[in-house]
Amino acid sequence: MHDTAVHATHHGPPTSFIRKHIFSVDHKVIGKQYYALGLFSVLVGMVLSWIMRLHLVWPNFAIPGLGLLSPAGAPGGVVTPEYYLQLMTMHGTLMVFFVLTNVPFAGFGNYFLPIQIGADDMAFPRFNMMSFWVTFVGACFLFAAFFVGDGPPLAGWTAYAPLSTLGKITGPGEDVGQTLWAISIGIFCIGQLLGSLNFIATTLDLRTKGMTFMRMPLCTWAWFITSCIGLLAFAVLLPACILMILDRVAGTSFFIPGGLVVNDQLQPHSGGSPLLWQHLFWFFGHPEVYIAILPAAGIVSHILVNSYRRPLLSHKVVIYSMMAIGFLSYMVWGHHMFVSGMNPVSALAFSFPTLVITIPATILTLIWVGSLYGSKLRINSASLFALGFVSMFVAGGVSGFFLAQPSIDIYLHATYFVVGHFHMVMGVAAIFGMFAGTYFWFPKMTGRMMNETLGKAHFWFTFVGAYCIFMPFHYLGLAGNVRRYSTFVDDFMGPLMPVHKFISIAALCTGAVQLIFLYNLLHSRFWGKPASANPWEGTSLEWSTSSPPPWDNFGGKHPVVYHDPYQYGIESSTGDYVMQDSPEQIQTVRDDKKLTP
Amino acid sequence: MATTTHEPPRVERIGGSSGSGWRNLVPPATRNLRSVQDRSGEPAKTGVWVGLAAITMSFAAFTSAMVVRQGTAPDWRHLALPHILYLNTAILLASSVTLELSRRHIATYMGGLRLSAQYPARWLYITLFLGVLFVAGQYAAWLQLRSQGWYVATNPSSSFFYVFTWIHAMHVLGGLGGLVAVISKLRRGVLRRSTLDATSHYWHFMDALWLYLLFLLITKF
Repeated sequence: MHDTAVHATHHGPPTSFIRKHIFSVDHKVIGKQYYALGLFSVLVGMVLSWIMRLHLVWPNFAIPGLGLLSPAGAPGGVVTPEYYLQLMTMHGTLMVFFVLTNVPFAGFGNYFLPIQIGADDMAFPRFNMMSFWVTFVGACFLFAAFFVGDGPPLAGWTAYAPLSTLGKITGPGEDVGQTLWAISIGIFCIGQLLGSLNFIATTLDLRTKGMTFMRMPLCTWAWFITSCIGLLAFAVLLPACILMILDRVAGTSFFIPGGLVVNDQLQPHSGGSPLLWQHLFWFFGHPEVYIAILPAAGIVSHILVNSYRRPLLSHKVVIYSMMAIGFLSYMVWGHHMFVSGMNPVSALAFSFPTLVITIPATILTLIWVGSLYGSKLRINSASLFALGFVSMFVAGGVSGFFLAQPSIDIYLHATYFVVGHFHMVMGVAAIFGMFAGTYFWFPKMTGRMMNETLGKAHFWFTFVGAYCIFMPFHYLGLAGNVRRYSTFVDDFMGPLMPVHKFISIAALCTGAVQLIFLYNLLHSRFWGKPASANPWEGTSLEWSTSSPPPWDNFGGKHPVVYHDPYQYGIESSTGDYVMQDSPEQIQTVRDDKKLTP
Repeated sequence: MATTTHEPPRVERIGGSSGSGWRNLVPPATRNLRSVQDRSGEPAKTGVWVGLAAITMSFAAFTSAMVVRQGTAPDWRHLALPHILYLNTAILLASSVTLELSRRHIATYMGGLRLSAQYPARWLYITLFLGVLFVAGQYAAWLQLRSQGWYVATNPSSSFFYVFTWIHAMHVLGGLGGLVAVISKLRRGVLRRSTLDATSHYWHFMDALWLYLLFLLITKF
């Protein structure tokens, strides 16, 4: 038997292509892999939304090539009502899971969390690699649904039972497609659980010398809080998916009630509870909203404070507000189920904490906007998108006040009002956060600058376009336009068609504008201006290392942290900021009152 | 390049939230810090607690599903558990005892208090054996139920029985993988105390979880 001993073995950076770029344990490569997966998913999801918008306003329009993808769903390229629902399900699933969760949390989080706390990798690098590849396999299962049987599922991204659990009899895509969906999401949960575990252990254990919790940048805090939310939320969705798979393939009756007759056939199930699925799903589903939005809020805080060149009104209050949002997110899932036959007292119990969430959310907004006072705002693509995020967050959040109240929600439920609400506050806001993060950190990730002119053009077109698409949704909803219908040709909703046409044209144009971003991203990656280590004059640790950082982040050293993360608006040897790892004494006592505009 | 020291590493940690950069206290043999971090044990301990929190949450979800399912439908026929489960329970509890014995044994050995210890891994092998025996016993219970005509879809009670026992057994297999890793590291002389501690926390948790699941399966709400 050997003696217990330590081997300090020298590992050089990986040299083979596979270990370096594919099965890499480097958190930076994994972060980029998540980003790439998210980028691919968002493009597919966007094309799906185009097809849906085209079909809504021109129901007989034949989309070239679509007939080849799905001869049954879109014969001759004309979308059938069922195929519309299938596209909608895939759009929702791809966007919520593989875009809104993957990019701002897993993508940017993986890349920057270890660097911002001064670590040279995640706590468990191999788990980290596994979490991405597990997620990738989950994505493969989901995409496979396009090509099997009669196509992808049609039960929506919420997959309500028993529609999602009975199999072929409930419609096209409900055979193999829905099973693939459940497997995909179950696998996705495992990936996210591994990722969250890693984020938490890394933040707790690998902070460098001097990096106290309160000295962590706001985005690090957001990723940390999000990983705590994700750990508990995905741990509930995973069992729900397992039970759903069993209902579908093993003949159990967890979610399928007894005596159910579909297409004149009595279903061989008894006693299950469709509401049980809704409870399990939304216990995950509501925190998921914050899994999407909190990292974006953190990224935006980080960028805004850099662009303002002054500290935010309160660093701590931002952190506490994000914590409060995370905590409250577990107490409000029932507000998605106001029309499920819920006891009005329960509805009230869920309505109250939902309204309470608006308090920390408002505090965040007031801090972002209020800190503009006395700032020396630097307008660039990143700060524009960050400000755009605030705008979307407010515009989309305000409609939440209405939906949080059962009496109003009963009328607005399942209308375009809800669709407009969550697309703005969760979808577009989080995507603006991603754009802001991309423009801000691209120089660090690639060593090259993005084109600012194209970036600003991209912002203005996208900003105006997003409002043109999603603001009219609220109007449609108030007018009683139900969601999930594939055409509105009857007398009741026919008069709303001009609004739908406007939205569809806006969606096509805004989608096309994203080509500017794509071009900028790819062109700058190879031919952009070389970036310095700290192009935005930032203070946090990612700007202390080279662009892009070496494989162990700080070139064999560990930074020592002396300051709070956002020492802007002061006089120092470097200009108006002091970096976190600079041992320079700060002469000016920071007092917000002294920061005159 | 490898350096071997005969002193087990002792990683000290400064106060909880101070961001102490505790790794820096382990002087790297080379200038490569990633190798030091790989060897550092603390994240293993944190990680296992975080992982257990997630597992707890998953089983909380399963529990609420079972309580709801049992309470809202008239089709529940309570399942009489096979007696072998009680034997399995005893085996699993015994494995925790042997793991604890081995942990103390190895701790003494690593602390240098008893350099003459010949077989520090002996109790680990016994734990491993008991763990495998437990999984085999669970498999025997499934076979027994199947021979009585209780399949996964027979009744919600059997559905939950199979789901609980199967997922618990998967977690126990994961723990067995951890034990194999610990034994292998011990044999190669690269075991860290925190790895051993994390593995044993996980294993004891699987014990407690099993007792809880057994209680759930016996009880009719």
